[in-house]
Amino acid sequence: MIKTDETLGFSSVLLYNNNGDNMFESLGERLQNAIDKMRGYGKITESNIDEITREVRLALLEADVNYKVVKEFIASVKEKALGEEVAKSLKPGEVFVKILKDELVELLGGEKKDLVMDGKPTILMMVGLQGSGKTTSNGKLANFLRKKYHKRPLLVACDVYRPAAIDQLKQLGRELNIEVYEEGEGDPVLIAQHAVEYAKENKFDYVLIDTAGRLHIDEALMEELKRINEAVKPAEILLVVDSMTGQDAINVIEGFNHNLPLTGAILTKLDGDTRGGAALSIRHLTNVPIKFVGVSEKMDGLQEFYPERMATRILGMGDILTMVEHAEEVIDQDEAMKSAKRMQSGKFDLEDFLSTMKQIKKLGPLENLIKMLPGASKMGLTNVKIDPKEMAHIEAIILSMTPEERRHPEIIKASRKQRIAKGCGRDVSEVNRLLKQFEQMKVMMKKMKNGNLKLPF
Amino acid sequence: MGLFDKFKNIFGTKTVEEQKEVDLYDHGLEKTRKEFNSKLTMLSKRHHSIDQAYFDELEEILIMADIGVNTVMDFIDRLKKRVKKENIIDVDDLREIIVDEMFIIYVNNEVISNKINENSDGPTVMLFVGVNGVGKTTTIGKLAAKFKEQGKKVLLIAGDTFRAGAVEQLIEWGHRTDSPVISKENADPSSVIYDGLEEAKREHYDMVLIDTAGRLQNKTNLMNELDKMNKVIGKVIPGAPHETFLVMDATTGQNGISQAKSFQEITNITGIILTKLDGTAKGGIVLAIKESVGIPVKYIGLGEKKEDLRTFDIEKYIYGLFKDLVGDQNGKED
Repeated sequence: MIKTDETLGFSSVLLYNNNGDNMFESLGERLQNAIDKMRGYGKITESNIDEITREVRLALLEADVNYKVVKEFIASVKEKALGEEVAKSLKPGEVFVKILKDELVELLGGEKKDLVMDGKPTILMMVGLQGSGKTTSNGKLANFLRKKYHKRPLLVACDVYRPAAIDQLKQLGRELNIEVYEEGEGDPVLIAQHAVEYAKENKFDYVLIDTAGRLHIDEALMEELKRINEAVKPAEILLVVDSMTGQDAINVIEGFNHNLPLTGAILTKLDGDTRGGAALSIRHLTNVPIKFVGVSEKMDGLQEFYPERMATRILGMGDILTMVEHAEEVIDQDEAMKSAKRMQSGKFDLEDFLSTMKQIKKLGPLENLIKMLPGASKMGLTNVKIDPKEMAHIEAIILSMTPEERRHPEIIKASRKQRIAKGCGRDVSEVNRLLKQFEQMKVMMKKMKNGNLKLPF
Repeated sequence: MGLFDKFKNIFGTKTVEEQKEVDLYDHGLEKTRKEFNSKLTMLSKRHHSIDQAYFDELEEILIMADIGVNTVMDFIDRLKKRVKKENIIDVDDLREIIVDEMFIIYVNNEVISNKINENSDGPTVMLFVGVNGVGKTTTIGKLAAKFKEQGKKVLLIAGDTFRAGAVEQLIEWGHRTDSPVISKENADPSSVIYDGLEEAKREHYDMVLIDTAGRLQNKTNLMNELDKMNKVIGKVIPGAPHETFLVMDATTGQNGISQAKSFQEITNITGIILTKLDGTAKGGIVLAIKESVGIPVKYIGLGEKKEDLRTFDIEKYIYGLFKDLVGDQNGKED
């Protein structure tokens, strides 16, 4: 049974999202339009639900959601929306959102699925098409396991075909300070076996096997994967899928799944502007759950996949939860507390500004943060582009000031401005702009302190 | 009727060279075609009349080929109008029109040339851009081999200074094709490019192929970096780059349109290179890209071997997709 008040509740619960991406935004926008339209209607009827679901259908198709999945999804949403309880509801827009969200969560796999941890060592194998991001994901996952669970991972180079694939893994290993097992261009099956023996002797917790990219229709290479699978019996076989994949995704997934007992998927390159419909289809079509998503090129750019959070995000409800989690990981709590206190006491100066900026920089691109705010797309914030260079310029300007100037920006007059501008190689007008913005910020902080500032959502 | 016959004619011309080319397309697109075509054939077998159910199913087939939602919707509309206007009732006649209209989408009254724009005085500079993992470096390797066979002096520049192993990968291709590679550790890509182009001028290279790091089109800073590279190239060799290729994976869905638009804003993309077309992917997105952004495809990758990179030929591509349909028409078997 669907209760309207419950639905109203969750837009203020402010669920979800994460560090790197636009994925799903445009999808969200289109769905949002459909939802707004529905809000305009007094109640859900056969004819207006047809109109709305047509929009939803187009939105999903444009997002590369599998054609068959779209069909089923629409049928299911329609059926639920026309259900008795809903038909009586006075708030069809809210009810419709609730239905969409529930169906999306269902489609995305319901509960979050964790990585298996069995025996010593746990063997993981990455498979996928060429260029889907296997090697990078291997590095990221090893880093994730070490950081989050304090485990010792061993990376294994079994891509003996692509030129320099072994070098790539070795470089990642060096960068992360994680050991890489390799035997050059030998037999991948033997390399995998030797690596597992090596890991047992040396007490590694996880063995991550990097395999060569291959087409799902390449029988010889598929055979090789089967042999590795039989030889080392991995606890998990993870399919790495590029989130930009179109309708062919289903052929790829089924091709691999047919040959190997896949246990999960990693969705890569979600920091692009892809609407990632493949994500919405994998689980539903094959029952293979998505376990991780890749959200940046950096080695910490891998996140666990939460169907619920993703669904809220698709619907433009923001993803504060992931944002907070991410912030907790990277922000220096003491520093942040210090700034916050000074902010509250009205003593915030450019020194604090600089330290805050450094903290914010750790959060990754700012536009990604903005997008996690609930209602960001409605406020027109999703297309905000912030050039990290501009941040660097601001930093340079502040660093060209004397400590005295930073603490008392009001003493900065014409000649000081010129000196600062020269010192950092920027224009005087830029120095002016920064000082003006800083003033405005202080006014805002005062308002916040007095409780007069209302956030726009 | 024109275009439909044209397809058949393509395969009537049979010099040995041409036949070889045709066979290669045929073979490379085999998997691509199989599913797509059997669906279309089934469609005309199942439906004896042209009605809404027929169009719905056709829409499904085209969308499954990643041809692009808007392109498909427009296409179906146009088809419906033609059916009405020309009073078409036979499903077999319609198949012919489908191929015809498909062709029109791509060609759009333009003369499409897939000739490479070569620099007559000095090195011809080609820049390769695209998102991560599409096969830029591999494509450069294959093209280098092609140009070497034509007796050209080829220089490779490792402008991907970001991804681990990228430089080594290009150097390996340099060995295989016997072409020197200009690279620098931990350097700004523009500075590597500058060095490379100076070398190319000094040593009178014919072709200079520049690899760049994969970049997602919504990353402002990376796109700015690309802009800078472009400026440096134009400064060292006026008029360069002579070709800027957007390399795209054939499995790409609707995001391909966004890629084409965003890269086009920063650089003058002169053509698309569609890679990995030897899988089951149809690469239909190139039709939508040609229609909406106007960028033609210049090469396609039909396999892992270096000779599997082919000059794109729209007629052969569409024929490849619709081959069984055409063959069936003539009562011939594949």
